[in-house]
Amino acid sequence: MSSTSIDPRMSGPRRAPRKGITLSWADPRLRAIVWQVVIVGLILGGIWFLAATTAANLAERRIATGFGFLESTARIPIGEFLIPYDPAVNTYGRAFAVGILNTLLVSVIGVILTTLLGTFVGIASLSGNWLLSRLCYAYVEVMRDIPLLLHLLFWYAILLTLPTVREAMVLIPGVFLSNSGLKVPLLVWEPAHSWAALAFAAGCIATYVAGRRATRIQNATGVRPRVWPLAVGALVVLPGLIWLALGAPFTLEMPVKGRFRFDGGGAITPEFMALMIGLVLYHSAFAAEIVRSGIQSVPSGQWEAGGALGLKRGTMLRQIVLPQALRVIIPPMTSTYLGVAKNSSLAVAIGYPDLVSIMNTTLNQTGQAIEGIAMIMAVYLTISLAISLFMNWYNAHIALVER
Amino acid sequence: MSTATTTHAEVARREQPPMLVAGPLAWARTNLFNSIGSSLVTLALAYFLLKFAASFIDWAFLKSVWTVPMDPATGKLDPEACRAAKGTGACWAVIWDKYRFILFGRYPFDEQWRGAVVIVLFLGLFVVSAMRRFWRKELALIWIATLAAIGMLQWGGVFGLRYVPQDEWGGLPITLILATFGLAFAFPIAILVALGRRSTQLPAVKLLCVIYVEVIRGVPLISLLFMASVMFPLFMPAGMSPDKLLRAQVAIILFAAVYLAEVIRGGLQALPKGQYEAADALGLSYWRKTFLIILPQALRLVIPPLVNTFIGFFKDTSLVLIIGIFDLLTSGKVAVTDPIWQAFSTEVYIMLGLIYFCFCFSMSRYSRGLEREFSKSVRR
Repeated sequence: MSSTSIDPRMSGPRRAPRKGITLSWADPRLRAIVWQVVIVGLILGGIWFLAATTAANLAERRIATGFGFLESTARIPIGEFLIPYDPAVNTYGRAFAVGILNTLLVSVIGVILTTLLGTFVGIASLSGNWLLSRLCYAYVEVMRDIPLLLHLLFWYAILLTLPTVREAMVLIPGVFLSNSGLKVPLLVWEPAHSWAALAFAAGCIATYVAGRRATRIQNATGVRPRVWPLAVGALVVLPGLIWLALGAPFTLEMPVKGRFRFDGGGAITPEFMALMIGLVLYHSAFAAEIVRSGIQSVPSGQWEAGGALGLKRGTMLRQIVLPQALRVIIPPMTSTYLGVAKNSSLAVAIGYPDLVSIMNTTLNQTGQAIEGIAMIMAVYLTISLAISLFMNWYNAHIALVER
Repeated sequence: MSTATTTHAEVARREQPPMLVAGPLAWARTNLFNSIGSSLVTLALAYFLLKFAASFIDWAFLKSVWTVPMDPATGKLDPEACRAAKGTGACWAVIWDKYRFILFGRYPFDEQWRGAVVIVLFLGLFVVSAMRRFWRKELALIWIATLAAIGMLQWGGVFGLRYVPQDEWGGLPITLILATFGLAFAFPIAILVALGRRSTQLPAVKLLCVIYVEVIRGVPLISLLFMASVMFPLFMPAGMSPDKLLRAQVAIILFAAVYLAEVIRGGLQALPKGQYEAADALGLSYWRKTFLIILPQALRLVIPPLVNTFIGFFKDTSLVLIIGIFDLLTSGKVAVTDPIWQAFSTEVYIMLGLIYFCFCFSMSRYSRGLEREFSKSVRR
């Protein structure tokens, strides 16, 4: 009789009756609010307690807070800098900037070399050649099972046992390796080089545009127009012609061996070299594992399908397997890159003037511990965030577009 | 006629066992000399490998110096033999002279047997925890008992053991203490943070957990250690300042908890929704649901990545060198500041590398074995 009236299909969507929060411990919403108030209150209370004791301690030790110290003269000697720096004139703020740039330099070069070496080892460990793949496994196991700090100390110790400047090894004429680092000839920069470099940059853009256009035409017609004549012209011939037209200047500033040090030429310090070797060897082992498991995650049917199409192994790897493997590789590779950037801070142990090392000296000299550490953390958080954002963008860019 | 005989001869030849199908030659052909390129790679690698191995054996074993004589006048070791061999042979005499310092740091010489017992206890704890037979609730009791025994041995002051203050501890026990206590304390925090980050009922708690995780993951461990060594004394009321090791330990726990929490969160996410719903349908409360249904399954899922995280921490404890705590790496580094051994740091670093390698490699083999075993049961 009235069965139709309680048929749920007839009465539209039914919801639980909304009730106000009852003041009873049995109401989960009330419990949730109480718990949150208690936990947040405890944490805020803890922070307030720490802040209060810190303020009291600072007042007692007569340490002025604030970032005023950045304006005063630094007097920190820094061996390597990308922007002009003079400890007698420049401020702590400038030293801070030098540190950030050094950290960025190490991170960028480290990330690039780690990617190259890691990809190479990762692919080689899947090689059909037994000796090569075993060697790659051994490399990965040894490199990643030794702490990075030990890597750095070890390579730094090795570099310092190289011959002295007077007996420096000559790798190729003009390139010296000694315990004060690697010395290389430096090109004397002239306007002609700037123009040629400009032409080369323009050539890169032109080649990229032409490549995009070729892909579009290939997608539409199936025939890919030739790009390489334009690429050679824009990348090699045109910059070369400009350089020749401007008189083809080419003088190298050779390092000259003195008694205790070299004069002239470009230099790579042992600290920088040890940091790079350590960082890249350590992290490339992780990168290699990521690349290897990424490639292995591609079903073997993809290889077989490529083989059935008559593609060569290298072409299959580049055109079929790697693009699919990248989707698996990118997320963990992002953490490896973050690791490179963060672990570059270990430079402080071997005396490379990165951000942490410079700020450590700064806070020892000025006593501004809180500000110094806050600045270190802020910079690294920014770098981490930037790498994450970029890699997320790239990941979305290469993600599988499903029809 | 003649064609028939040749055919017979050919057939007979073909019936001979194929040389290059089975046996070591065939193996070498498919795995080492598959193509011209592969053969070239094999030959080049073999050449460099043999050359490297020969020179390494020469350096490390044939031309190396194992002991150096003691100078009777001063009672000091005379490293002249090592200096002579420098560049051609290793000087293992430095290890012979310094191994107790490297392993136990500045711990009083007569009491160093206690450090050795601590190392053995730690190894036993790891082995027991690694056996699946012991994956029960009693394992927590074993951990508590062992860690208490370790603390007692290191400090002393009871059962007639001499009291050793914390700033005299050093070497491998410190590394093991930092890593193991760090894990033991970080683990419960990590579980709470992982649960908090997945909470739907408590948005404020979730926000706190997200901020905590993302901030700590974004900064290097070094900055946290600096914070512990430089800033922490400012946080504490006057007269209350925990010693340096404890402060570093707190920093490592805070750091480890974040990475463990992310691993555990992965396990929580991988668990099918039906498990949560089934627990709800049984009318279990949140904590009973979590501890009886969810966590036992989620943690089991993530044991291999947990072991990998633990390997990471074991290596990361070496960073305390930078704030001057006497762990294994620091004592090795300090050992070679001795004027007579200054030029022989490579040998000491190789020994340290071997110790770290043994620990990390065995853990990583273990994690791989577990992974294989788990995937076996899933496949079935």
